[in-house]
Amino acid sequence: MTESPVGGVHADEITRLQEVARQIRLEVIKAVYHARAGHLGGPLSAADVLAALYFHVMRIRPDEPAWPDRDRFVLSKGHSSIGLYAAMALRGYFPVQELATFDAAHSRLQGHPDMTRLPGLDMSTGSLGMGISAGMGMALGARLTGHDVRAYVMLGDGECQEGEVWEAAMAAPRYALDNLIVIVDHNKLQQYGWPGDGPDGRIPPQVPGELVAKWTAFGWRVLEVNGHDMADILRVLEEAARGDGRPTAVIAHTIKGKGVSFMEGHYFWHTRTIKPEEFAMAMADLGEPLPATDGDAR
Amino acid sequence: MTLPMGRPMREIFGETVAAIADDDPRVVMLDGDVGSSTRADIFEKAHPDRYLQMGIAEQNMLGVAAGMATMGLIPFISTFVSFAVVRPLDQIRVLIAQTGLNVKITPGYAGLFTGQTGMSHIIVDDMSIMRAMPGMVTVSPADDVEAAQALRWAAAYEGPCYVRLVRDATQRLFDGTYQFVLGKAVVVREGRDVTLISTGTQTPRTVDAAELLAADGIEAHVLHVPTLKPIDVPAIVAAAERTGQVITVEEHSVIGGLGGAVAEVLSEHRPTRVHRIGLQDVYVESGTNDDLLDIYRLSAARVAEQVRALVGAG
Repeated sequence: MTESPVGGVHADEITRLQEVARQIRLEVIKAVYHARAGHLGGPLSAADVLAALYFHVMRIRPDEPAWPDRDRFVLSKGHSSIGLYAAMALRGYFPVQELATFDAAHSRLQGHPDMTRLPGLDMSTGSLGMGISAGMGMALGARLTGHDVRAYVMLGDGECQEGEVWEAAMAAPRYALDNLIVIVDHNKLQQYGWPGDGPDGRIPPQVPGELVAKWTAFGWRVLEVNGHDMADILRVLEEAARGDGRPTAVIAHTIKGKGVSFMEGHYFWHTRTIKPEEFAMAMADLGEPLPATDGDAR
Repeated sequence: MTLPMGRPMREIFGETVAAIADDDPRVVMLDGDVGSSTRADIFEKAHPDRYLQMGIAEQNMLGVAAGMATMGLIPFISTFVSFAVVRPLDQIRVLIAQTGLNVKITPGYAGLFTGQTGMSHIIVDDMSIMRAMPGMVTVSPADDVEAAQALRWAAAYEGPCYVRLVRDATQRLFDGTYQFVLGKAVVVREGRDVTLISTGTQTPRTVDAAELLAADGIEAHVLHVPTLKPIDVPAIVAAAERTGQVITVEEHSVIGGLGGAVAEVLSEHRPTRVHRIGLQDVYVESGTNDDLLDIYRLSAARVAEQVRALVGAG
């Protein structure tokens, strides 16, 4: 037990959130292994920010998912749905056991988020580039209806190749929407990418500094953060929540596949499924004993 | 004797949505930088705080509308059919139609009357696309009277809908006693020789065509179908039974449009031969409204000529 605050937040809260992020990663690995489908690299890179949002930053009521004054969250990079589902389940929106239904027929946990099925999802996403527009509408709608609501939107960096992202980037500053906070999960890899001399013969979706320059040029406040440093994440998200008249873009520098040694930094773990020996290695990397059932029902 | 002219639907749009917003603070107008053309500027004048310029960025505009709808607002969309339907189609599908969010897609510039703009702005297949989309109500009013009522219906309806409006003044079909009912077709002329089924601003011209045919001794039964989805199956079946010969007439592609819809209904419920008058798998060029109606054979005279030939052929 320590009494020393780290960046305004007590160290034990940082430790708690780090453990939440580890739990999210475990649930992601287990669910994707079980489903033999889904995405890994993106949910793992986003886990720390998701933990911070759902367990510390956002004003939400898991037992009242339609609470009108809740902060909104839109996973614009909808293919990382299992990361969001894991965070929501751990936060109490639905039983953690339900994660085993991910991607299966009749599940509320669709491959890409479907707001008509799962209470607590603020928007359906999956077709890239759209979530930021919906989030802008929420932020603008909150302003017009007099609600103190912030809209958080998580984008992928590959997703920032979509034209719609820049339509929204153009429009949001014109309404001075400082209750709109975009977080770019900048893991430097997309599903396949352009060929080049990067890792595995692929180059990153952007050149260094490109995202900061673009969001700045569009009139946004831009904050950079190490997306795997919980104290840094909390510091930046708290700064983002203090509006300065501009929408905020948080560029979270992350590692695709973070937390699982053999997945980190490899584009092909965007969607690859896990073999049993890889599952055991992933559990070991995350400091978790193998589940008795080894997590695979089939 | 031809039907009289009504007012341009775009003016009806600006005035009606502004009037709805007088009583309903949830109504907002999202404009894709064409408010001076769609007459969203009338709304802007009445409710400047609820007129929201979205710029020339229609994909974002439809997404913003979805987000606003989740906050309890009722967004109306101001742009042209071309930029309201085909450009942001995926946004409509993922964010609005599947979610069932309360967004009113109400573009102007449906059909041929687009101010001599040509193929980029004249969308021939919007009804085919929108009625095929799960969850999307599709409405094509005949005149200014019906357009005003359809807009009021749309505002009261909880869910996404598509109401296509026309830029220029067109003929008035209905008087003040008419009442638009979603999903209901209406017989606008009684006859026993041939059934003409029409939609949108083509219906008044189809009624005029029926008058020309009457002079030749052909009494046409005319059914107006303002709602493409949900479509009025009993009315279409009854209209077909009335004469045994059905001809659809639309200012739109016959593929998947009214012609396609009627053929679907009748082949399933009462097999009847259907001829389809309308745009035949073409892109439309620029030209005056009268020239286009003549070229694409949708003026009253041109419709009458085609019906005459089809009736004569049995």
